Amino acid sequence: MKLIKIDRQSLNDGIEKAKSAYRVFGPVKEKNDHEFKLLEKSEMPDLDFQNTRLSPKSIIYPQSQVMFTYSLDESKDDWRIMKEVENVKSPMAIFGVRPCDALAFPIVRRNFDTPDYQDTYWVKAYEATTFVGLACIDACGTCFCTSAGTGPFGEEGLDVLIIADGDDFYAKPITAKGESFIQTAGWTVEAESSVASKIDQLKTAAESSITSSVSTDKLKNKTILELYDAPFWEKEAFSCINCGTCTYVCPTCWCFDVQDETHGKSGIRMRNWDSCMFPLFTHHASGHNPRNVKYERLRQRFMHKLKYYVDKYDNGIQCVGCGRCIRLCPVNIDIRSICNKMNSFDAKNNVCEATSS
Amino acid sequence: MTDYTDKIKEIAKRVLTEGKVEMVIGFRKGTLPMMNQPHYATSAESANELIWDSNCSLNLANYLTDKKGKIGIVAKGCDSRNIVTHVIENKIKRDQLYIIGVPCTGMLDHYKINSMFDSEILKVEESGDKITITGNGFSETKSKQELLAENCAVCTHRNPVEYDELAGDLVEEQKDVDQYASLTKVESMSADEKWNYFEDLLSSCIRCYACRNACPLCYCPTCFVDESRPQWVGKSQDPTDVKTFHLLRAYHCAGRCTDCGACERACPMGIKVREFTKKLNKDCLELYGWEAGLSLDERPPLDTFKTDDPDEFIK
Repeated sequence: MKLIKIDRQSLNDGIEKAKSAYRVFGPVKEKNDHEFKLLEKSEMPDLDFQNTRLSPKSIIYPQSQVMFTYSLDESKDDWRIMKEVENVKSPMAIFGVRPCDALAFPIVRRNFDTPDYQDTYWVKAYEATTFVGLACIDACGTCFCTSAGTGPFGEEGLDVLIIADGDDFYAKPITAKGESFIQTAGWTVEAESSVASKIDQLKTAAESSITSSVSTDKLKNKTILELYDAPFWEKEAFSCINCGTCTYVCPTCWCFDVQDETHGKSGIRMRNWDSCMFPLFTHHASGHNPRNVKYERLRQRFMHKLKYYVDKYDNGIQCVGCGRCIRLCPVNIDIRSICNKMNSFDAKNNVCEATSS
Repeated sequence: MTDYTDKIKEIAKRVLTEGKVEMVIGFRKGTLPMMNQPHYATSAESANELIWDSNCSLNLANYLTDKKGKIGIVAKGCDSRNIVTHVIENKIKRDQLYIIGVPCTGMLDHYKINSMFDSEILKVEESGDKITITGNGFSETKSKQELLAENCAVCTHRNPVEYDELAGDLVEEQKDVDQYASLTKVESMSADEKWNYFEDLLSSCIRCYACRNACPLCYCPTCFVDESRPQWVGKSQDPTDVKTFHLLRAYHCAGRCTDCGACERACPMGIKVREFTKKLNKDCLELYGWEAGLSLDERPPLDTFKTDDPDEFIK
């Protein structure tokens, strides 16, 4: 497929032009870290980042989202009727998505957009969005995307992939959506044919700079119960404080909780991100909690990502190797060690070959 | 620090072998620079994983809550103060514990160190009071003192206050440090300025509750934010609910907080959570001459009454 060459000035001009047709989000340095923000007029993304602290999932799937409104005023005809809030999404573009985070969207889509059920809030936002990726040249020590189904130049989930080479950029359109973003941005200069091999070299170098990995090849063939009953969970969970950090910073964690909030005679029904690390996540109205102790909650998170998902969708693990949970876990629970333990667990002899990442 | 590590291992193995304790809670080396992991040893073999260096800033008293049986625990100054607090609040019995006291010279501020360098830090090594930070294309050695976590830099209780055995010689306590100097700025603000200051402080909060869950004081069976009948606080990202959580949590810690800094260390967003508790600590010191966790024999100011209480309304 053709490659477009863009110099720094045209890159900025193109982003500015795109704002007339899209709400453009991009990485911006906030306090100490980069986060995705809606770019204001003439505001440019800051591309000097390894990855943003939080993933861009909240652009499609906000942490708190109002779904319905209602009235408790009996004098009104529509009292006690849940009315869906307006859910029309204008076109959005996320500029600078890393390939790992991009892969998270098709993974999450398997949950929110099935032939039987469509989560209208997620699906409409997703469909309205063009994902403009930025290939990774400088991976973090905690990145393991190459063993989690993608890579620093991975294309799955992206509409355009942009590759930075010093002050030059190359845009590779991947989908029709991507083509139209490039057109709107006014990027028209085709790159010389020699560029393709240069990009291959950059890609190879980037891939070889990724030093950590997980082994996942044996997960599928294990039975659920042998992993569920494995002896290491309690020990692995010792340091866990059951906060929601891992789940909230994870680009592929999709769970939410529904809440009604009433103010006077009117109210809203909203959803908020929830976390399987919280005891409340499974607390029944009866008072019973099927995941009453913390190792059961920790086990759930890893079993979901590395076993239940693997079995259900037959499409790899529910993890893209971004490494955020490793970097941000307050107590150093490392998904690489746990994944390798699960993968190498020998139920017959009750041992794991892997002891560390 | 290797001296401390060796001594901790030696004590842990001994008390485990002698059957004095069923487990020893300490730290083991983490998988990232500036990160150690809370760990428990139940055998001489697992005691070999125990480690001590300047990245043990989490508070291990947090792992004691309601534990049964005999437990060994590695405790620096602040951990020991929280153990004392646990004991006087009946969360654990003193005679259940074998406290391996670690005289502490402060813990590193990983946020501060990360913000000093533009690229990722791949290795942090310490030798005496020198810290060498290495990444792709750089390596710098700095003095530990300038890299200390803010609470450690002003700590006046580096030595454990309660212990059964020490892993090293007692260290000199810091004198002439003003623990509350950083409060002057906030104290001098107008009400509106304070509001804006705290609003900005919390603007990046994701309500993961890492601050609460890393705090040894936050052991309520059901936290007020998790109550549903009645539901005191909304669960969304509404700024009022986010503020309510942080402010009420801080007040729940009044007269109990040891300024161990675990909340700040744990926060994935780098929020200066101690800004909420510090003023209350100062008030407790000024009003009641009280610092938390220094004695097993005194009741905390907010669960006792003295006739010289500074407030008139209560007399």
